[in-house]
Amino acid sequence: MSNQVTDLNLGKGLAEMLRGGVIMDVMNVEQAKIAEQAGAVSVMALERIPSLLRSQGGVARMSDPKMIQEIMNAVTTPVMAKVRIGHFVEAQILEALGVDYIDESEVLTPADDANHIDKRKFKVPFVCGCTDLGEGLRRINEGASLIRTKGEAGTGDVVEAVRHMRQLIGEIRGLRNLDETELYAKAKELRAPFDLVQQTAREGRLPVPNFSAGGVATPADAALMMQLGAETVFVGSGIFADASPAEAEKRAKAIVKATAGFEDPRIVLEASTGLPQPMVGQSIGSIKKNDRLADRGW
Amino acid sequence: MVIGVLALQGCVEPHIEKLQGLGVGVKRIRKQENLQGLDGLILPGGESTTMAYLVRLFNLEKPLHELAKKIPFWGICAGSILMAKEVSRGWGTHQLSLGLVRANVERNSYGRQLESFRGRIDYSENDVNSNTEVILNVPFIRAPYFLSWDNGVEVQGICDGQPVSLKDGIHSITSFHPELCDSIFFHQKFVDLCTSMSGHGCASEHVY
Repeated sequence: MSNQVTDLNLGKGLAEMLRGGVIMDVMNVEQAKIAEQAGAVSVMALERIPSLLRSQGGVARMSDPKMIQEIMNAVTTPVMAKVRIGHFVEAQILEALGVDYIDESEVLTPADDANHIDKRKFKVPFVCGCTDLGEGLRRINEGASLIRTKGEAGTGDVVEAVRHMRQLIGEIRGLRNLDETELYAKAKELRAPFDLVQQTAREGRLPVPNFSAGGVATPADAALMMQLGAETVFVGSGIFADASPAEAEKRAKAIVKATAGFEDPRIVLEASTGLPQPMVGQSIGSIKKNDRLADRGW
Repeated sequence: MVIGVLALQGCVEPHIEKLQGLGVGVKRIRKQENLQGLDGLILPGGESTTMAYLVRLFNLEKPLHELAKKIPFWGICAGSILMAKEVSRGWGTHQLSLGLVRANVERNSYGRQLESFRGRIDYSENDVNSNTEVILNVPFIRAPYFLSWDNGVEVQGICDGQPVSLKDGIHSITSFHPELCDSIFFHQKFVDLCTSMSGHGCASEHVY
């Protein structure tokens, strides 16, 4: 099908437009409208939010294009949707549908246990998850124009999001202490292309925007990730899990406010006050190693 | 010379880098208190619904309106939507009424992200046929159209026959992203305008 080479800079450009915002998982038109009204910069259309995928089990696949299309028709913000790791036909379907961004996501059940999608073959931009610098640079090399740290989706436990962001930022900081010669060995250790390692070392940041995902459930969590270096936060289950529409809207507005004002404790205080209970969630320690989503992807 | 960049959400840092490259002072604007001492203000690209919501949330609509009487504003993509007198298609609930440029701007007119592209801009002042500058490879990202404008509003930039840059008095709007292209041309133009208005052109390296 398409042999168009992706213009990485246009995908990166859209990611730049989403900075300082909140991208919300939504399961239907009603939720998409709530998200947009609450100031979301983008919505991720999926049939089951990660907390439901976790509790219901089974194989998780790309959502019904009909549901994604309805959401695209209902809101004016960019719409993202997820495909399984390595499932390039699901990606072809979403490109044909015309979504604005594809998330090649560990939240769904992987379709290929060795290869990710060759994202350079697509015109539509891709976001991918990572848990460390090497993984992030491998995804960028495959054509991802936006990286998000994975965290552990559907838990409402922010600890993995923090761990992955600290890992990524720490490794980038570490590159700055290496000279040119040492970067070759580092690239080998990271299993990442030398030119991307060199660029990251030179600029002190990833070659594409760096967002955070997986476990953000409160305004304080969102501000925490922003202060740690995230440029935008994905909130998956944290808004619509265990909530009525009115409660979800309050949570959504509060997280948007705290993300925009993340540097000012008074704003985060206002955003954190008088909210409905956050999602009950599940602490990472209670999840068996095999059930952890962040380990998916290579 | 200090230029502010509205930094509530969106594509802020590339503007800061361009402005620093020109040796002017730069200030990120997140609240009312930051609005003092500016010679110009950039309203960057981003999500217009989100930015409009945040401008309201942080009580910036009125102060911005007042400030616009004194210094030039430059709106890029979503920023042009915030500055337009009329907005067509899908504002949703968060309409702003800064009304700084007497034009009708239609959101997302080029289509979704798959229709984002890089284009050639033919730029000229006063008369579209004289002294045209050509700037290549300028990104348009889910860009708006400028559908119509009042008498006295000047069309300065054209791409594929579409007007993409308008100037109304001291304020201007562009539907493309000059901060994401290699050229410094458009930022230089804005700095020159702010310098001519402020009457003191001394460059400051200071970043707030």
